[in-house]
Parts: sequence; structure tokens; C-alpha cells
Amino acid sequence: MKFDDYIYDLSSPGRTGVDLPDPDVPETPIPEEFLRDDLPLPELSLPQVTRHYLRLSQKNYAVDKGFYPLGSCTMKYNPKVNEWAARLPGFANVHPLQDPHTVQGAMSLMYELQAMIGEIAGFDAVSLQPAAGAHGEFTGVLIMRAAQLARGETQRHKILVPDSAHGTNPASTSMAGFTAVQIPSDKDGNVDIEALKAALDDEVIGIMITNPNTLGLFESHIVEVCNLVHEAGGLVYGDGANLNAIMGIVRPGDLGVDVMHFNLHKTFSTPHGGGGPGSGPVGVTAELAPFLPGPIVDMTEEGDEYVWRTPEKSIGRIKSFYGNFGVMVRAYTYIKMHGAEGLRQVSEIAVLNANYMQARLLQMGDYPIPYGHRFCKHETVAQGKIPGAEGVHTLDIAKRLIDYDFHPPTIYFPLIVSEALMIEPTETEDKETIDAFLDALDKIADEARENPELLHEAPHNAPVRRLDEVRAARHPILVRLPAPAT
Amino acid sequence: MRYIPLTDDDRRAMMEAIGIEDIDELFADVPAEFRYPDLQLPAPLTEMEVMRELDMMAAENANLREFASFLGAGAYNHFVPAIVDTIISRGEFYTAYTPYQPEISQGHLQAAFEYQSMVAALTGMEAVNASHYDGSTAVAEAAIMAVNIQRHKRRTIVVSPTLHPQYREVLRTYVQGMDMKVIGDETHDNDFHALIDLTDDDTALVIVQNPDFLGQLHTPQEMQDLADAVHAKGALLAVATDPIALGILKPPGEYGADIVTAEGQVLGNSLSFGGPYLGIFAFRMKHVRKSSGRLVGETVDADGNRGYVLTLSTREQHIRREKATSNICSNQALNALAAAAYLAAMGKHGLRKVAELSWHKAHYAAQQIHQIDGYEVVMDKPFFKEFVVKCPRPVAEINRYLLEEYGIIGGYDLSRDYPHLGDAMLLCVTEMNTREEIDDLVIALGEAQSPHIHLNLEVSL
Ligand SMILES: Cc1ncc(COP(=O)(O)O)c(C=O)c1O
Repeated sequence: MKFDDYIYDLSSPGRTGVDLPDPDVPETPIPEEFLRDDLPLPELSLPQVTRHYLRLSQKNYAVDKGFYPLGSCTMKYNPKVNEWAARLPGFANVHPLQDPHTVQGAMSLMYELQAMIGEIAGFDAVSLQPAAGAHGEFTGVLIMRAAQLARGETQRHKILVPDSAHGTNPASTSMAGFTAVQIPSDKDGNVDIEALKAALDDEVIGIMITNPNTLGLFESHIVEVCNLVHEAGGLVYGDGANLNAIMGIVRPGDLGVDVMHFNLHKTFSTPHGGGGPGSGPVGVTAELAPFLPGPIVDMTEEGDEYVWRTPEKSIGRIKSFYGNFGVMVRAYTYIKMHGAEGLRQVSEIAVLNANYMQARLLQMGDYPIPYGHRFCKHETVAQGKIPGAEGVHTLDIAKRLIDYDFHPPTIYFPLIVSEALMIEPTETEDKETIDAFLDALDKIADEARENPELLHEAPHNAPVRRLDEVRAARHPILVRLPAPAT
Repeated sequence: MRYIPLTDDDRRAMMEAIGIEDIDELFADVPAEFRYPDLQLPAPLTEMEVMRELDMMAAENANLREFASFLGAGAYNHFVPAIVDTIISRGEFYTAYTPYQPEISQGHLQAAFEYQSMVAALTGMEAVNASHYDGSTAVAEAAIMAVNIQRHKRRTIVVSPTLHPQYREVLRTYVQGMDMKVIGDETHDNDFHALIDLTDDDTALVIVQNPDFLGQLHTPQEMQDLADAVHAKGALLAVATDPIALGILKPPGEYGADIVTAEGQVLGNSLSFGGPYLGIFAFRMKHVRKSSGRLVGETVDADGNRGYVLTLSTREQHIRREKATSNICSNQALNALAAAAYLAAMGKHGLRKVAELSWHKAHYAAQQIHQIDGYEVVMDKPFFKEFVVKCPRPVAEINRYLLEEYGIIGGYDLSRDYPHLGDAMLLCVTEMNTREEIDDLVIALGEAQSPHIHLNLEVSL
């Protein structure tokens, strides 16, 4: 069998994986007109299925395998007890529409999680319904819209988005029907205050701000930014993707942020699943609480029972049921094991690790760091501009890192740094690993100068060589099914 | 030390390299008056303690391993073979992220491509994305996609009143700022002619569900006629469906659907109190550039070997920003992997059998319940695994009796979403329900209609 057999190539007529019991009730004929002619699914036995997926898994890089410093994604260790918890039958085998009396345990977990993450980030109310960060952003922007409409501010239609923002910020803005207005950054990587002032008028719904921002820097004028926006009648949205840098250090709500999403799959250690599921709860001030999507979990006045409640002026439901509950269980477990002091330590060490990398990279001198004159927070953004190796690009460096058995950092983001290498070590790495990664970057810089071809053709020891992405996009093949039997 | 490997010596060495004496120095740019808030959180627990607490919390919920359940309405208790959890528990899969570096993500990319292919086979469609959040957001994304396909010249979405009530709610939430209209469900008239009458030159998309929220099946011919009528008026048709039903039923791709969505939870994903689930999203290839969500495509590497990459990402937010077809970034990749593993394990024969068992058991249950005094199965069309039962008293009371006396989780109370049906419940029967459970349900329902029960119940509650 070839290593990369396609699943349909393993199929043979008549094989079955799973046997099911015969009907224990009288059968009811199914009217012919409804029936499909063929069901072109593969026919496999379970040993084949097991081997197929195990082999595929071995062609994947992952946090459990090695260092994964993918900037902005907080690829920290995913605790195994979280997985255990989410699989408890009392969580995994519970139907969302059961009578609330029969799911008080699950509701209490959600209630406590709402309260704990609200406390961590300084918000009065939280909805756990959004499925991911971008979904939380969209929810938040709709909340800002609803709040502005409730204030009678119907003329407002613009949302200010710094040029360093993640692509989901402007995309969420336009999905909500608004215009994204880009605000430049200043030479220190902060929002340019003068540009902000010039952009603020009575057409502005608010600003979306990421803090620490995607340059890995704390917005040192954050209080002034919030004040200016509020004075102009706007609201402040906080992209909480980078909360891992500031737990127990500062609360966005205290700084003037009105609404923020959390990424439970980043900050609170829930696994990224190869791209998801995530969970993107939204926290808000008391003023915005009535607009949250519902239902959220509340407690009766007597304090003896958890109940579902949809806020009075809710923007509406943003997802079926209550959100990605299985992800919430993991985040809950993580927070309960850390407590206030543990979470602060998480952020301190995440920031220590990032600054250690930044300091050593600056010392190495091969990878310029445009904002290296400041301490970073959870990540640092360097450039793949190795002196003396002008033909070598960030992509080549990233691919060469694969040969050293590391996952490359985020590349070409944020857009305002050319040839960006966005490196986020997280707190769960040991110093030896971080040093080995830095040593690899050091060696790669030498290779880039001495033997650039080595980089252009990298990776050399991955399961496949560089893939032809242009071809994939020009003639998209998204599905491959065997030709129908004749 | 809670997942942090640094020793004191490491810390000292690192601070020295940075040139600081205290970690606090790294936070000097945080406004001093707000620095180091005193967070009021519960004291930390060790792993042993947290497991004990979680065990207790989980035990407070009635779980479907212990309780017979006839609850569906968008989340379903179907069998999940053990192999699925084995596969999605591989650290190589679940601790990776979006495959931005295809050379070291071939495992996930191939599995996602195979997911797309198997879902295409199941739905009869040409293209499938890597996932949306769930069945509800897939519907909302279909509406946005249709408006984009129509270049914003058509902005009305016509929805059937028997499209899942929560999907309609989510759709309305999504489009509230977008200058789009959602109509069609003002009355409970589920006749396709009513939907066709509403379709005009502002209609971008008509959305129906089949089997619909109330369990009813429209024949492939009725569906094809609907598609033809919708297309004749220049609009598109989206069909929300049940992937399990497609184990036996003619798929929407064969009766004219332009977009097919589904709640993919049923394919190997646990109920998990409502999430994480899987938004299945399939469409015609000609619309691929207006589609939303990640797509995995086949290509070759520098040596000419077959490989897989994320493709057509110029539609996506990280490239196109405010002009993206959607803002979606993280999706439900692991749930899609579970679905792929499920489809591979069940295969052609297994899935067909699951569908047949659900059909037979649901029909047996309906026949039995219809014979109980005071109850009536009210279906004017054939159904698949769900059906509506008119009840002699409020469903909430009946369900309480079933639970208290028989440990049975009853059906979904339709009185809020479909008040015109009166006291009616939506019952769901799958391959997981034994004949014994069904027979118990029948007995329990019979008892629950007696007025005396009411008195007893008041006491016991
Ligand atoms: C800064 C930032 N904002 C928002 C998001 C979107 O989060 P999600 O992928 O959970 O939708 C990301 C994700 O990578 C991010 O890095």
C-alpha cells in the first residue's frame, strides 16, 4: 500500500466497517420515489480505516509533536485533562434541548465560565454563544450597531480599523453592513493618535482595536484612544485574540473597551483541532449587556436554579443552541486549575519567552525587528530580510525551518511589516526548545548567505516538497470521486 | 507547575539576556493605575481535585447513555463508532491548527479533501467547503453567498416556515445590517406554491429544509418542481438537509439545489450540549469563487507527487479583508474530521443501514403512538425520523411525567415555535432507540394523558 493512498482507492465492493443490529420492529416500506440510486461512499473495513488515518496523522505537524510558534494563534500545550473532561458522558451525551432541570450541571459550568472570563477581562456580562473569534467579532459589531441605533445615532456607519488589524476585523465590519476605515500606525507601532482624531466624526460607530496588537505591542495610548472614541460618541471593540499576554496584568474593560471577544482556543488552552472548533465568547459593559445574543445562563432570584435568559434587546441568536459547549468545558477546566495567580504567571512567562526571543534575535542581527526598541508582549514580529541574502524571502526561511523540525511562525502578517515573521512562543515551551529554534534561525541565516538554493528548495525532509498552489487555484479540484460503475 | 517548564535558573538567564531584573519591567507600558488587578477567581485546583469536581458537575446532567431520549429538533442521538474518537484524539490532528504550511499538514489536508469528497457524494453536489460553524450559520452563509452571486441586485431571502426556527433566527441576526430582507415564514403555510408566489425579481435565494423541521419529506419530484420554478424566476435554491437521511434518500444535488447545507453533528459528533457541531456547506462548482469558508484543493508538489493545499483563499478575510466573502477564520475542522472518519467507517452499507433503522423505528413508534387515546400523529406527508404528535395536554407536563416516572426524555415542545399546532410535540426516533424504549414511551404517554396524573405529578414535583 502506498503511503498516501486516497480513501476511495482502499475501497472494495462488499466491505463494511460497522455492523448494526437488524430492526427489532416491524419494517415499514420506504416509497420507491424517495430512494437514491447509488450511495457512492467508500467500502472499507475498520483495520483499513484505522491505518489510513493513523498514517495521515503522521504527516501532520502539531503542538504535541514540537514547537509551533505560530504568531497570533497562541499554540500552547493542550492539557489532556481538558480532553478527559469534555468526554465525560454527563457533558458529551447531553442534548441541548433537554429540560433545564436535567442539565443544571452543564448550565452551572457555563454560568461560572461567563463569570470567570468576565472577571479576567473586566466585563459585566458575557455571552458564550459565538463559535470562534471572528464570529465573536461579528457579534460585537452587531452589538455596537444595535447600541448606536438605540441611542438614536442612525447616521453612524463607519468602523475604524488599525492597519495592523487581523483580516477578520474589516471582514466582520462589512458583514455587519459597515464601512471599514483604516487607521495607520505610528512609528512605535501604536495607533496613530493624530490620524485617529482626524477620522473621528459622528459617522463613526466605533473602533476595533487589538491589544496587545498584532505587532505584539501593548497600545501604550490605549486609554487615550478609548477616551477619544467615547468623546466622539463611538464605542470601542477589543479583539481579545491576544489576551494571553495580559491576564492578571490588566483588564481591557478597565481601560475603556466596551465589547471584546475571547478566543478560548488560544488563551484558555483548548486545542485548535486542525483549524477548529474554537469558541469566541463576547464580553460587554453593563450598557451593552441588553444587546448580547442569547440565551445566556442566568440564576433565579432565589439563587437555587440556573435558567436560560435572552437579553431584552438582544441582537438575536448568532448560532444554534448555546455555543461550542465542549470547548467551554476545556476552558473551564483550565481556568479552574490556574486561579488568578496561575493565570498571571501564564501571561508573565508568555511575555518573558517572547522578549527572550526578541532579545536574542536582536543580538543575532540577522532578522530585523522594526519595533525592537520596545519590549514586546506575547509575540515579536521580525523580518525575513537577512543581510547579505537579498534573494531569500520569508517564505524560504519558513520552509527551511520545517527541515529543522519546527513549525514556522506566522508569515506575511501583519501586513504593515514587510516579510513578516510573527513569532509567538507561548508560556508552555522550555528554554532548550526556544534556544534550539533560535539556533536554527541562526544557521538558516548563514545558509541563506552561503547556499540560498537550499532555502529556495526547502523543505527537503517533509512528507512532500513545496506544493503548487497556483495550479490548485487555477484549476480547482475540490472533490475526487471514483467514476460511477457502469 | 501548571504546564510551565521554565526553572528559576532559566528565568534568571532569560531576564539577563533581555537586560531586566524583574518581569514587571516588561509591563511598564501598561497604564500603572490599572496594572495588576486583583482578580476574584476561585482558588486553583490540582488535576485530581478538578477531576473530582467535574465528575460531580457532569453527573448532575441526565445523559443519553442512561436515559432513553426521543428528542431531536436539530441535534440527534445517532451511533458513533469508537474508531471516530480514536482518530480525532490523535495529537497530530487535534493539536494542529489551520494548515497554512501544507508540507507539514498533508495529513489534515488529505483528510479534509476526503471529507469534501465524501460529502459531495452524499449530497450529490460538486463542491464542498471545509466546514462552517454549524447548520444554522451554514444557512446564513448560503444567503450571503446567493446575494453575492446575484451581485447584490437581488436582496430578498425567502424561507420556508418549516426551516429550523433557530436557523431562521440566526439568518435574521446575520443580515440585520446588510440591507437584506427575509420573508416567507410569516404564516405557517408550508405549501411550496406560497414560497414560489413570494419569489420575485428581488429574490436571491429560496431556502427550504428536506426532511423539514417537522420531519416531513417532500418528494424528489416536488423538490425538482420547486427548483425549476425558483430558477425560472432567476433565484437560487438552497436545501438544508439531514445527512443521515441521505443514506437512503435522493440527495438535493439530484433535484436542482444550488446550495446544500446541513447540520453535520449527526456524522460522528457527540451531542455535547449543542456544540461543537459541523456546518456542512455544498454548492455548484460554477459558484466556487463566491463561496465562503476554507477549501482544500488537490495539486502536485515540486516532484510531481499528489498533494493538497488550502486554495482559492483570495476569497478569504486574511487576503481580501473587507471584501472577503465571509469573515470566517477558525472553522470546525476537527468536527469535519470526525464526520470523515464516521463516513469512512460506516461506509456505503453502514450509513444506509442507519438511515433504514431510523426510518423503521420512527414509523413503528408513530404507528403505536397514533393508537393511544388522545394522541394523534399529524403528518400529511411521509416523514423520515421525526414526526409531530398532537397531545391531550401541554407537552411540558407530559414530558415531566415521562422523565419522572420512566426516565424518558420526551420530544420537543412545538408550542412556542408553531403555536397553531396546539399541544404538539416533535418526536425523534433513531437507530439508538430500542423497541423496548419505544414501547415504554407508548405506555408512558398513555398514562400521562390521564388527568389524575396531573395531581400525582404536582405532589412529586
Ligand atoms: C488577532 C486575531 N483576531 C481574530 C482572529 C480570529 O479568530 P478565529 O480564528 O477564532 O475566528 C484571529 C485568529 O487567528 C487573530 O489572530
